[in-house]
Amino acid sequence: MDSFVPASAITAPPDEAAEEIVRLTDVKRRFGATPALDGISLTVRKGEILGIIGRSGAGKSTLIRCLNGLEQVDSGDIHIEGRRITGLSEKELQPLRRRIGMIFQHFNLLSAKTVAENVALPLKIEGAGKTERLKRAGELLELVGLSDKARAYPSSLSGGQKQRVGIARALAARPALLLSDEATSALDPETTRSILALLKDINSKLGLTILLITHEMEVVRGIADRVAVIDAGRNVEEGQVWSVFADPQAAITQSLLSGSRPQLPEHIAARLSPKSGAAQILSIDMAGSAAQGALFADLSQALPQSFCLVHGGIDHIQDQPVARFFIAVPTRDAALPEKVQQFLKARGARVEVLGYDPDHA
Amino acid sequence: MTPIMLELLFRSLWETMLMTAASGLISLLAGLPLGLALVATSRGGIAENLWLNGVLGAIVNGFRSVPFIILLVALIPLTRLIVGTALGTWAAIVPLAIAATPYYARIAEVSLREVDRGLIDAVRAMGGNRWTIIREVLVPEALPGIVAGFTVTLVTLVGASAMAGAIGAGGLGDLAIRYGYQRFETTVMIAVVIVLIILVCGIQWLGDRLVAKLDHR
Repeated sequence: MDSFVPASAITAPPDEAAEEIVRLTDVKRRFGATPALDGISLTVRKGEILGIIGRSGAGKSTLIRCLNGLEQVDSGDIHIEGRRITGLSEKELQPLRRRIGMIFQHFNLLSAKTVAENVALPLKIEGAGKTERLKRAGELLELVGLSDKARAYPSSLSGGQKQRVGIARALAARPALLLSDEATSALDPETTRSILALLKDINSKLGLTILLITHEMEVVRGIADRVAVIDAGRNVEEGQVWSVFADPQAAITQSLLSGSRPQLPEHIAARLSPKSGAAQILSIDMAGSAAQGALFADLSQALPQSFCLVHGGIDHIQDQPVARFFIAVPTRDAALPEKVQQFLKARGARVEVLGYDPDHA
Repeated sequence: MTPIMLELLFRSLWETMLMTAASGLISLLAGLPLGLALVATSRGGIAENLWLNGVLGAIVNGFRSVPFIILLVALIPLTRLIVGTALGTWAAIVPLAIAATPYYARIAEVSLREVDRGLIDAVRAMGGNRWTIIREVLVPEALPGIVAGFTVTLVTLVGASAMAGAIGAGGLGDLAIRYGYQRFETTVMIAVVIVLIILVCGIQWLGDRLVAKLDHR
């Protein structure tokens, strides 16, 4: 973590004492000549929501399928609830899979079964009796708000409703871990928000550990506690969601975040010159308490007429303010840009000179 | 048509229905597991075994490539072994069932193969075994196709049973050949064709109704 985030701003760190639900150690998997997973290590603790993000083809799907043994690994170890699952046979994996629920991008509901029968299927596999199955299915459908659809067939439901059934089904066998494989990628933004809210609700109500993979930063931002960025089968960045948003290190993270963070408007970026111009363009990044003060008011008081606000704003992620601004500092007074930068750095901001705008008034 | 001819027509209808139903039932009971085995042992299947898949495929293709009239004659020793005679309605059921089983297995295979792999993954992820996958996913999800394919098989059997007249099996086809064609009794020919049309339409209608009831996709 960069020094620009004061220690006081860091939210409760992941509870080091909490039980590890998932532990991956140097997991590798290749398909033909291309490595899908090239040495991934990560842990997920009890009650945590970990978002794994990456472009399509980064290895996310392979990774999540390895966690319940739908896909085999070539080397490395995977532990679920402390039990090593790598190298187990299909038969040995079956009881372990009942501890892991999974939801899918295309829902994967059985069309020949009613909603209640779909939800009850994991219990049927466990060998539970019919009365118990129906009772539990009823409870779960109430949890996801679909009690009235118990006897309907999945084809009559909307996408969002289908995913709610998928979630209810994944929870039926009271799993210790929920895997979400692009669960909102086929849904519209509004439905995505309601599904994410449901997952968050389940996470806090039941203390369920959730590992989700997605290519959308908004999903991670919406519910995850921590995020891991996967690129070309490797874990390139990992951390608390708000801190990764505030200070993305890897190029791939910056690129994935480009739609979620303010960017310098393109027409200005296009005319920037690297050496000199009427105004110096700075980017200012702040997070946590550094982003809370009256920074710009103070700056204009200390150095009157020293800057012009170009673009930016303050966002709140995991209840932490994350600010990103672009300002133009006139270069009439050659010493001014340096003074402004020093002032901002003293206030805990990360400042970067992007270039000089020749046209700036 | 004389009352005797009418009685003959009804007896022939009964014989055709008996041959179709009995051989159809056998082809369903044998062809569906065979179709399942073809899908399960194929590449990426739930019990991948390419060697077994190749052997099963070759057997199915072998039986399917023999014209039915030849199969009818070639299977006489087997028929005699099973039924005790090589003549009559019951004797015709053996070659009909043996011809229809690989035919139906291929039709069932197509329906089973079309079941979304994601559904199999979902049930595997729940901890289901192969048997669970077959019982809860493959068969129920493919059921509309399995039933529609069975309807096609039954209609094909109605046609094939006409050839079974060659071994004295009786049936509508046999009646049409012997009376309608060889004795130039056009009325009998027309009557047989009308009865066959009604029979085939009836089978198809029942099949379609059942498919519509089963299909929740």
